[in-house]
Amino acid sequence: MKHLLTIAATLAATTALGDAPVLTVYTYDSFVSDWGPGPQVEAAFEATCGCDLQFVAAGDGAALLSRLRLEGARTAADIVLGLDTNLTAAAAETGLFAPHSLDVAYDLPVAFNDPLFVPFDWGYFAFMMNADAEMPDSMTALAASDLKIVIQDPRSSTPGLGLLMWVKTAYGEDAPTIWSGLADNVLTVTKGWSEAYGLFLEGEADAVLSYTTSQAYHAIAENDDSRVFAPFSEGHYMQIEVAGKVAGSDQPELADAFLAFMVSDGFQSVIPTTNWMYPAVTPSTGLPQGYAALPLPDKALILPAAEAAAIRDEALEEWLTALSQ
Amino acid sequence: MADSPVAIGRLAGPAAALFIALLIGSAFAAVLWRGGGDLSLGPSDVAALRFTVLQALASAAISVALAIPIARALARRSFPGRALLVTLLGAPFILPVIVAVLGLIAVFGRAGWANVALGAAGLPPLSIYGAHGVVLAHVFFNLPLATRLILQGWDAVPAERFRLASALGLPPRTVFAVLEWPILARIVPGAFALVFAVCLTSFAVALILGGGPRATTLELAIYEAFRFEFDLSRAASLSLIQLALASVAAALALWLVPVLPRAPGLGRAPQRFAPGGWRRIADAGIITLAAAFLLLPIAALILRGAPALLSLPAPVWQAAGTSVQIAALSTAVMLALALPMTAGIASARSGQAEAVGLLGLAASPLTIGTGWFILLHPRTDPAAWTLVITATVNAMMALPFALRTLVPAMRDVLANHARLAASLGVVGPRFWGVVALPLLRPQIGFAAGLCAALSIGDLGVVALFAAPDQATLPLQMARLMGAYRMEAAAGAALLLMVLAFTAFWVFDRWGRASA
Repeated sequence: MKHLLTIAATLAATTALGDAPVLTVYTYDSFVSDWGPGPQVEAAFEATCGCDLQFVAAGDGAALLSRLRLEGARTAADIVLGLDTNLTAAAAETGLFAPHSLDVAYDLPVAFNDPLFVPFDWGYFAFMMNADAEMPDSMTALAASDLKIVIQDPRSSTPGLGLLMWVKTAYGEDAPTIWSGLADNVLTVTKGWSEAYGLFLEGEADAVLSYTTSQAYHAIAENDDSRVFAPFSEGHYMQIEVAGKVAGSDQPELADAFLAFMVSDGFQSVIPTTNWMYPAVTPSTGLPQGYAALPLPDKALILPAAEAAAIRDEALEEWLTALSQ
Repeated sequence: MADSPVAIGRLAGPAAALFIALLIGSAFAAVLWRGGGDLSLGPSDVAALRFTVLQALASAAISVALAIPIARALARRSFPGRALLVTLLGAPFILPVIVAVLGLIAVFGRAGWANVALGAAGLPPLSIYGAHGVVLAHVFFNLPLATRLILQGWDAVPAERFRLASALGLPPRTVFAVLEWPILARIVPGAFALVFAVCLTSFAVALILGGGPRATTLELAIYEAFRFEFDLSRAASLSLIQLALASVAAALALWLVPVLPRAPGLGRAPQRFAPGGWRRIADAGIITLAAAFLLLPIAALILRGAPALLSLPAPVWQAAGTSVQIAALSTAVMLALALPMTAGIASARSGQAEAVGLLGLAASPLTIGTGWFILLHPRTDPAAWTLVITATVNAMMALPFALRTLVPAMRDVLANHARLAASLGVVGPRFWGVVALPLLRPQIGFAAGLCAALSIGDLGVVALFAAPDQATLPLQMARLMGAYRMEAAAGAALLLMVLAFTAFWVFDRWGRASA
């Protein structure tokens, strides 16, 4: 019965806020969690917008897109936040997104300009290891080593798909050779990032596919310098996370205001230590200490959204073939 | 049985079965319709089908084969702490998958206890990752279920029979042929089918321990079809294959095996008559090994989670409250479905209707959730239905276990008491109140406990529907892991385990307190 009370209380609260317009933002689950950016972002935006910002969470980036496709034009979303550039081509194809009018100087290692999507954070994929382990300096060195790695399934995880793109972008035609070399290093393939990272922290694997910013997490939140990423000479593939305005939104002005807020300090300063990614626009206070100390890869790799979508199936086939032997 | 006194089962039983069939059928139809109506499969789906069937067969065969000696040892030996041990041995089954896998890795993983011990003894390490790891995990989950089901069959043999066998000095071989074999013939096929169906829909286990894309199960392929390719017709096709497989298993187990009549006993507490000598030592060894296999991973989880348990962040406790409410509602829905179905099935000569119950387990939760999302979304906000849908899906998942334990007991109740009750005019609701419910109390307690525990640990459909403030404990644990907070997640895992186990214990205790 407590639930009925909760529902009644929620209804009452909604009525109290009755005059304030509601902005509905669909995002991935870890964004809205109590340990993610959601709560701080909501408070900061509501302080200025005179509105009620409501998050709706759906799994990860891929789940978010599935949800949007299921709902189609009838979706209640005004903003979809949390797709990455491996998903934006498919997202644009749905025709559900409207162009934005922002012109911002992003602090990204590559030029980024998309008529539909606005970046809010980014990171480099990397293998996290223990500082005292022998560090491979490339995929080939990793494949030649006896190191055991945990990776994520590209069909269920955005980092997993990122690794596929990483190998394909860096090695092109030779990607199948790299994968067959890596096959005996792969301890297991998990559904998502958190299971893989958990296995690594439990000491099950020597390395795990994650982000360079994982090193910043351990340094900042745990004061632990013993977990570091292995810099690879061929460069590191990037993940750029974006948000877009839904064309059928009943709050188009508010949605525009949110996108503008998203690339301002109020939002961007929350990102580094809650989402543990680089902010798309460095806030005026600068990056936290642990980030400033983070080594930057020599080369930033990324495929344009259309290309990423075009080679996805071929890259997946190569991965499946190599790891099914 | 034209004069069956369980009038309630007459209409309500088929109605409950129809309700479940409709719930599954409409969800599947919705997904298929949105996908364009065609049935289609991807190239790798045949491999997924093959792996799914093989691992489910292996898991079911090993679970049941190991459960038989364990159940027999437990059934015929009495020792201090036996009741506690029997309850504890059931623990792995009610553990949430991700929690149990973490426990298994702590014991059998590369850095686990077993390998540390092997390394100290100068032996080569063993690896838990690969197809055998998937089977190992499934045996860990399902051995308790199979043991419990078989043990219930054993305990249901009238104590007088074992006493008579003992008084006549029958050799163990004859006792087996005369008393024990009939029990096994009655219980084992159903237990096998149940474990097989559980393993068919396995998802998280295969993903963490499978070692790579070789270990792709149908449920994983369904997940990919929804999330990665957004190919709804493929998702629907795979879900139908999964259902068909479970139907075949159900058909083989429930239709071909005759319902054996059971002799009436005096219902007295079982006295244990068991052979001595080396068999005594063997039984002790079997019980010790089973306890070590099933309880060490749980001990690992307790050690790992205890430091963080008391400092868990407030949202975790809040989520625990939500999970308990969902569990209570799920249990109520489950009993509302299971009791009429039990009466209906037990009055019939064969177990067709029980097969419908098994389908609830084999239907992909992701497909049911998505199907209902498609149906609800145009009409209403699906988030408002979270509680109802979650409770119903949870109830459906627990239903086959409930039926497996309720139906044989109900058959006995009807065989032993129906005629007398009918001649006294105790029929319909009065038969339920005076005869059936009190006699079925242990089985109701067990089934309710199982449903409550499974609901607490279930991540399933909630993730598809829930509003952010309706997070359940498993979801909150996943969020902690997603935010690097592995220590706190271990604490949440322990809380999850304690809650699930307490829920089971409370109901089961209530059920057994009647004797």
